[in-house]
Amino acid sequence: MIAERTINVTSAWLQDRLGWRTLKEVASHKTVPVHSSTHWYYFGGISLFLFTIQIITGVLLLLYYRPTVAEAFDSVRFIMTKVEFGWLIRSIHSWSANLLIFMVFVHMFSVIFTHAYRPPRELTWGSGIALLGVMMAFGFSGYLLPWNTISYFATKVGADVAASTPFIGEGLGRFLRGGDDVAGATLTRFFAFHVAVLPAAAIGLLMGHLLLVQKNGMSTPPWISMEKVRQMRFFPNFFLRELMVWYLALGVLGSLAAIFPWELGEKADPFAPAPAGIRPEWYFLAPFYTLKLIPSHVLFMEGELLGIFGFGLLAALLVTLPAWGVRKDGSAKTRMVNGAAILLASYLVVFSILGYVK
Amino acid sequence: MRTIRWLPLLASIALLPAKDSCVECHSNLDGNLQRPAALFKGDVHAVSHLSCAGCHGGDANSDDPTVAMSPAKGFRGKVARTGIPKLCASCHSDPNYMRKYRPQQRVDQYQLYLTSVHGKRLEKGDARVATCIDCHSVHDIRAVKDAAAPVHPLKLPATCGHCHADAARMASYKIPTTQLEEYRGSVHWEALTKRGDLSAPNCASCHGNHGAKPPNVESVAAVCGSCHVLHEKFFAQSVHNAAFPSGQGGGCMVCHSNHGIHKPSTAMLAGKDAVCSQCHEADSNGGKMAVQAARRLDGLANALQVSEQQLALADKFGMDIAEAQLRLIEGKESLIKARLALHSFEEQEVGKPVDAGLLIAKETKAAADAALHEKDVRRIGLAASVLFIAVSILALWFLIRRIETNGSATLTRRTIL
Repeated sequence: MIAERTINVTSAWLQDRLGWRTLKEVASHKTVPVHSSTHWYYFGGISLFLFTIQIITGVLLLLYYRPTVAEAFDSVRFIMTKVEFGWLIRSIHSWSANLLIFMVFVHMFSVIFTHAYRPPRELTWGSGIALLGVMMAFGFSGYLLPWNTISYFATKVGADVAASTPFIGEGLGRFLRGGDDVAGATLTRFFAFHVAVLPAAAIGLLMGHLLLVQKNGMSTPPWISMEKVRQMRFFPNFFLRELMVWYLALGVLGSLAAIFPWELGEKADPFAPAPAGIRPEWYFLAPFYTLKLIPSHVLFMEGELLGIFGFGLLAALLVTLPAWGVRKDGSAKTRMVNGAAILLASYLVVFSILGYVK
Repeated sequence: MRTIRWLPLLASIALLPAKDSCVECHSNLDGNLQRPAALFKGDVHAVSHLSCAGCHGGDANSDDPTVAMSPAKGFRGKVARTGIPKLCASCHSDPNYMRKYRPQQRVDQYQLYLTSVHGKRLEKGDARVATCIDCHSVHDIRAVKDAAAPVHPLKLPATCGHCHADAARMASYKIPTTQLEEYRGSVHWEALTKRGDLSAPNCASCHGNHGAKPPNVESVAAVCGSCHVLHEKFFAQSVHNAAFPSGQGGGCMVCHSNHGIHKPSTAMLAGKDAVCSQCHEADSNGGKMAVQAARRLDGLANALQVSEQQLALADKFGMDIAEAQLRLIEGKESLIKARLALHSFEEQEVGKPVDAGLLIAKETKAAADAALHEKDVRRIGLAASVLFIAVSILALWFLIRRIETNGSATLTRRTIL
């Protein structure tokens, strides 16, 4: 009786100040299309869940991590060996980062293959691609933070590639490294990117992305008849299913962290020669291997420059997909887009494997 | 203008090596007369643009054989074996001359050679002993660092063995011929050939090269001690130094032999093949101490091995044991120190590093056990978490079923907005 009254009073208090019943009203009307490809909708939610895990574990790591050359490695070692459950937090953060990027890729390809980029969802697509870029930047900047041998030399390679970008390369390289080489200044600014700049960008983009999804609703694939498609209420039906998937993701994440704890490796020694087999994180393997394959000179161009032009073109094609992948009447050029997506997915898978093996 | 056009050609002519009629003619001959010309192309002297005439005399600029090989031009033909060291020394002992080609190369080879057994015998007219060309080859002489040179560290044992492993050749000198075979079973040969450590001892490291002679007469311990510094230091303070002074053919050789030095183990201290038992009775103080030392060293080695295995197991499960691994390295260093201290033949000296190593082995084993226990705790925690997650998923599933079977308009047919 008292509890019911308390709830009612609180609810009225909040309603007066926030008008939260309007939100509740909106949420109660939100629906999700039910068809043969509905399961692909879950990947956006899983990505969101993993991003939340990243924020929580990242804040916990911040309590002990020290972003200096002298202390970075030892502070991570301290987290893993001395801090209660530090090993779990750090391992979950690393595994979750990788799973997050994988899920964002899956989400992106699901959007391409279900042609959800069609009008009026161009901005949703664009913000999603920007989020993918931000997530990869998170990965690149976070990789250096433990200051171990592999991450140090992989970052050197990555920064060198960025520095060979035409026109802006020199400035970009110096901006990323904070000097001519990867050193303490690089670590400080990578830390700043990782914990301040990128989270702000990610949260802003994510809010926009979610608002656009809310505004335009869930897209239905073109082969599903829109007249006959069934709808499921988002709250509670779809949300509870989403919650089940999140629990599953948490179970997978916990298992990976406990059974395969993320290794720390050896402290980086900038004066030591680069060890054999230096390679970046798996999501940069395909471009890394491509750059390795391109000869030093192709016609009048430097090989590396050609590679960067190629990746730039690929990124431009990806961002402008709603422009070239859609007919004037708003329908998707399904064959062309599917063909291009299969090509892209095959390239990424094959070159990543080759980059890992060779 | 025309002169300028010809300048590059003139410059290239000036850089060409001088004419060598010896090589030109001998290249067109057969057999033994043609062979030196063919070999000389790769010779270190040819690379420095020195000609045959440098050693054989004559005029390499003349195409007429009677002039080129005229005694009037200093032609001396084939050099007698007894004259070879002196002939080589005419350039190699001249610092001013050698400075033009190899400024950092030593010029005392001939002086050293004269002190060697080879040099002394040659002085007495024995032409069968080794001269410069027997080790360095002739007409295709290469720098020591050249892998094809017979004096390259990897090839030197075979080069010495060419004579010293030849029983017929050594018979008249009454020198044993088993050295090469023994050396090829030694730890030094293993280090040289299997590990590729070119600084590992070869024949010249102990016997000297140009001043080659057996070291056992004067200073075995000093020879071994030039690399095994601490072993020598401990041995010099030991009772065995007095019992087996190196000057009397003793020292390191008594236990370790000379050419066929095997990897030392505690089997040298105790057991049926123990070296110590050759002098010490089993119930004597020395015999007891040897057995005790073997037991202590084996005990430490085993304890460290157990720790290493446990740490490897923990590492396999992804546990962070880096600190313990670093500590284990210190433990292994203690074992090395104990093996070193053994050369003092003092129980107390051996005991100190053994005790320190055992303490480290205990610590690292405890760290490995703790890591493995932690692994088990994590697995149990994981199982509990997975169970909780599974139950939660199941509960959610039942909740969805209940909501949807209650008929609260779960699934509707609607037109998309």
